[in-house]
Amino acid sequence: MSRGIKVCGGILLGIVVVALLGPMLSPHSYDQVNFDAQLMAPTTSDGHLFGTDDLGRDLFVRSMLGVQVTILVAVVASIVSLVIGVVYGAIAGYAGGRVDALMMRFVDTLYALPFIFFVILLMVAFERNFLLIFVAIGAINWLDMARIVRGQTLSLREREFVEAARLMGASPARVLFRHIAPNLVGVVVVYVTLTIPQAILVESFLSFLGLGIQEPQTSLGSLVYAGVAQMEGASHMLLIPATLLATILLLFNFLGDALRDAFDARGGV
Amino acid sequence: MSLLEIDNLSVGYGGQTAVDGVSFAIGAGESVGLVGESGSGKSQTALAVLGLLPATAEVRGSVRFAGEEILGATESALDALRATRIAMVFQDPMQALNPYRSIGSQLGRILAHHGLAAGSAARERVIAMLERVGLPDAQRQYRAYPHELSGGMRQRVMIASALLCEPELLIADEPTTALDVTVQAQILDLLEVLRQDTALLLITHDLGVIAGRCERMVVLDKGRVVEQGATRDVFEAPAHEHTRALLEAARGDRDISLEPPAPETCLDVSGARVEYTVAGRQRLSAVRGVDMDVRAGENVAIVGESGSGKSSFARGLLGLVPLREGRVRFRGAELPRDLDDRPRGQRAALQLVFQDAAASLNPQMRVADLVAEPLGIHRKNLDGDARRARVAAMLEKVGLGIEHLDRYPHELSGGQAQRVAIARALMLEPDVLVCDEAVAALDGTVRERILELLRRQQREGGFTIIFITHDLTVAREISHRVIVMYLGETVEQAATDDLFASPAHPYTKALLRAAPAPDPANPGGKTSVSGETPSPLQPPSGCAFHPRCPHARERCRDEAPQLREVGRSLVRCHFAEEL
Amino acid sequence: MLLYALKRLLGAIPTLLLVITLAFLMVHAAPGGPFDDERVLPPETRAALEAAYNLDQPLHRQFLNYLAGVVTGDLGPSYHYRDYSVAELIGNAFPVSLQLGSMAILLAVLAGVAAGTYAALHRNTLLDRIVMGLALTGISIPVFVIAPVLVLLFAVKLQWLPAGWSGNDGAGRLILPVVSLALPQIAYIARLTRASMIDVLSSDFIRTARAQGLGTRAVIRYHALQPAMLPVLSYMGPAIAAILTGSVVVEEIFGIPGLGRFFVNGALNRDYTLVLGIVIFYAALVVLLNLLVDLLYGVIDPRIRRR
Repeated sequence: MSRGIKVCGGILLGIVVVALLGPMLSPHSYDQVNFDAQLMAPTTSDGHLFGTDDLGRDLFVRSMLGVQVTILVAVVASIVSLVIGVVYGAIAGYAGGRVDALMMRFVDTLYALPFIFFVILLMVAFERNFLLIFVAIGAINWLDMARIVRGQTLSLREREFVEAARLMGASPARVLFRHIAPNLVGVVVVYVTLTIPQAILVESFLSFLGLGIQEPQTSLGSLVYAGVAQMEGASHMLLIPATLLATILLLFNFLGDALRDAFDARGGV
Repeated sequence: MSLLEIDNLSVGYGGQTAVDGVSFAIGAGESVGLVGESGSGKSQTALAVLGLLPATAEVRGSVRFAGEEILGATESALDALRATRIAMVFQDPMQALNPYRSIGSQLGRILAHHGLAAGSAARERVIAMLERVGLPDAQRQYRAYPHELSGGMRQRVMIASALLCEPELLIADEPTTALDVTVQAQILDLLEVLRQDTALLLITHDLGVIAGRCERMVVLDKGRVVEQGATRDVFEAPAHEHTRALLEAARGDRDISLEPPAPETCLDVSGARVEYTVAGRQRLSAVRGVDMDVRAGENVAIVGESGSGKSSFARGLLGLVPLREGRVRFRGAELPRDLDDRPRGQRAALQLVFQDAAASLNPQMRVADLVAEPLGIHRKNLDGDARRARVAAMLEKVGLGIEHLDRYPHELSGGQAQRVAIARALMLEPDVLVCDEAVAALDGTVRERILELLRRQQREGGFTIIFITHDLTVAREISHRVIVMYLGETVEQAATDDLFASPAHPYTKALLRAAPAPDPANPGGKTSVSGETPSPLQPPSGCAFHPRCPHARERCRDEAPQLREVGRSLVRCHFAEEL
Repeated sequence: MLLYALKRLLGAIPTLLLVITLAFLMVHAAPGGPFDDERVLPPETRAALEAAYNLDQPLHRQFLNYLAGVVTGDLGPSYHYRDYSVAELIGNAFPVSLQLGSMAILLAVLAGVAAGTYAALHRNTLLDRIVMGLALTGISIPVFVIAPVLVLLFAVKLQWLPAGWSGNDGAGRLILPVVSLALPQIAYIARLTRASMIDVLSSDFIRTARAQGLGTRAVIRYHALQPAMLPVLSYMGPAIAAILTGSVVVEEIFGIPGLGRFFVNGALNRDYTLVLGIVIFYAALVVLLNLLVDLLYGVIDPRIRRR
């Protein structure tokens, strides 16, 4: 594994650990309103490392909570899209022929739709439901995964080493699990890594619009939105969550790129 | 002063040497062949002459064209030379032409860029050039895109683009390697006729191509010139060991000993028909009723050019593509058409060795696991030690050592990968080993060793080989009997010696005449038929070969000939006796 | 070609039908009616209101009515802006969004292709790494982060550009919104262009062109650009969708009276008809633009054109 992958993975892990432990170690809580300490700039006294917001709540604890929520939503959504996408794509690719044509026609149809607006519609119609956010975001991203897995499966099925295995007398299960699946792992890992930042973007976008996570719970998107309102007087409220969000996205994107390069270099499929 | 003088040229990449102190010269109007196997540095040398080596290349020495140094020259100085004074023809004309521009536009662009002609003058000059290279209906084809032309026509366009500005030196890098043998002869003839005063540097792995066409030749091995001289002298008295090895490989092993086959039939295919559906609904008949009867231990070579259906036939009998019609019987029992319906035991009896060995090996598995996999399927009761012992023994048989056990396919050379593939197939102790162009991608010397390996294993294992190949030399070295296919049909079937001594079908004769021979006195490589194999989507009426046959008559157009006995052979031709 | 276009256009109808049905059902499956938030209404007033909006009819009738309306361009009245029809609101707001979006796309393609081509030509040099590093950063920063940060920097701190829309005339007010919208797309297109340009430049026909002495400039312009643009063209569909999405937050942040802003306000006000109408309008727009991209693809790639 390259150094880039290790470094990136390490930093991400560090961020998650701090986000989990930080709120426990802090003397403040995420929903404790304090009108004596509104819009405080970051400081080491009082333990308000990131300062406070317009209601005097501690921004460090809130930011860490935001990171937790953002990453949780993204990972769960990615798993949802992974499962749907891999199963759907593998079935279409392995079945081939008319089944494949029909299944992919459906994906193409959905692909042309501006999904995010449907998600917003969903959010409007069904209140802000945490579970619904996972499902909705997963539902957007599985399309890409299905396409990629299907394309790979289809081409792997035609590959000569798969034909050789069939000629040897390998059972369909053996062909699938020993020859096709191991050659899919690379592309799936890369793609999941790249799906996580996509999911983070959608979640924070919805939260930014006030359609995602609801107060007093928070996510990085909601924090950025709150920061926009206060940016003239207390720019830390904007810059801190914005920087955190961008850093996490950057790390995931970089990790995805590095993983892809690593798999490409190994001559994988 | 020579036109081109290469003096002590070296090319390296990060410490790896590709070309190592190469020196030779080409006089004005002279034709020189540059021969070598893959990795010998022949293409790198050609690219250096045009200043086309990548920026990462470390280049030393000197390349002078008409007295001027090319190494280190500015890009604009090189651009002024390229096309107008030194032109190049590349190997694969599909890849070497821009698929997004019409051929007329691409050629006109060269003239315009070098300020030689523009507008309608350029257009006329391009059309005249396209006519000279034999592109039919050049006025209309001017607007055609590369993908709309056949392989041979594309290479003609490539030659037209190279000769358009009347260069002094033409470099042709494997110009016919991607083409069928009958088309190869046409293209080489064309090059010879058109080049006139232009000097030619012909780069090839095929000594036969050089024998008939170049005055002098240079032999490369691992980046070094091992021998150079007049072509006739080198062929008659090769001084260097490597040249001798190349020549031997090109001539093929004539003194092979094949065990005589057993009397009983092993594999019997009758009326095989293979069809594909293309572009949604069009039906393409790749194989149109082929019979084959193979005795145990008998080797049959199936010979044909691209589009002959030889590979489809092999895939059909193996069940990879279920036959549309016809049946396959193995030791008297009829096999299901679809591989997936064949019982495991029957599958093991018929094994396949692919052309691209590396692609036939799972990239995620090590050699040890690849070769052991058949045991995992058919001999589940074997324990780990017994399994490892058998794998090691098999690897030794195919000439690999235990140091290869832990390698992945991409860490193997082409020859090594093919050995692993053969080892894997032999693990199942098959009765029939189908080899689909199994040596086509290998260098000549490696090819000979793999063929020798197959013959040796056959003597020990007593299996039957069905060898699919486009190469008559290979067919001669491995088979008791040859089946020649054209456009999905058998056109001739004969004992190997009979076929080479007295070919009966005009197509077989053409194939034999067109095959270049490594012999300057009798170089082969003659154009004997025109055109290229037509699309199997619309096979010609009557005899499928009649549009290209030099002896075709009225009857050939109207009436399809049957496969019938002529002498000791089976021939599909109305007039076989008269020819 | 024309026949093909017509066929594709007809092929888009089922997609649009699916969109309308899905969106309609989603809105009507929602618990709670549009007038639940109002002060407690007397039952007869409520009934009258529901009758006025056809809410008293069975669902399939409502749907067929709605569908008939959509075909004639009538998307019904807005629940919230009582004096306007949804179609009027879209007609008023869309031109602003269109101006913003088309400028952003144009900027994204021009800057992205230029940066990507430059990086490809200077592969593995320091400048290539800088450009690609910036591009990776660019795709990692959401529009709703870029926009306020740009405002903070150029409007609040430096005071070079206006931060808002109303009260500011002229082109100045367009710069920050357009740049915010375009930046992630510039980054994405730059990465795409670099990858495909490197791919194309390593192909054999480029080597042929170089062997013909065409020189870098002509090789790029005549031979490489067209094939290298195919992946970028394929990306135009998703890019348009991303710009539409981005415009929702950008219009919110800059207070631009565009379609996105109406959409968000509609969503927050539970203005069902407006939200439904805009979703259908967006979907139709995206489907049609995708169709256009597909047709353009055929124009650029001769192998598809002549099929």
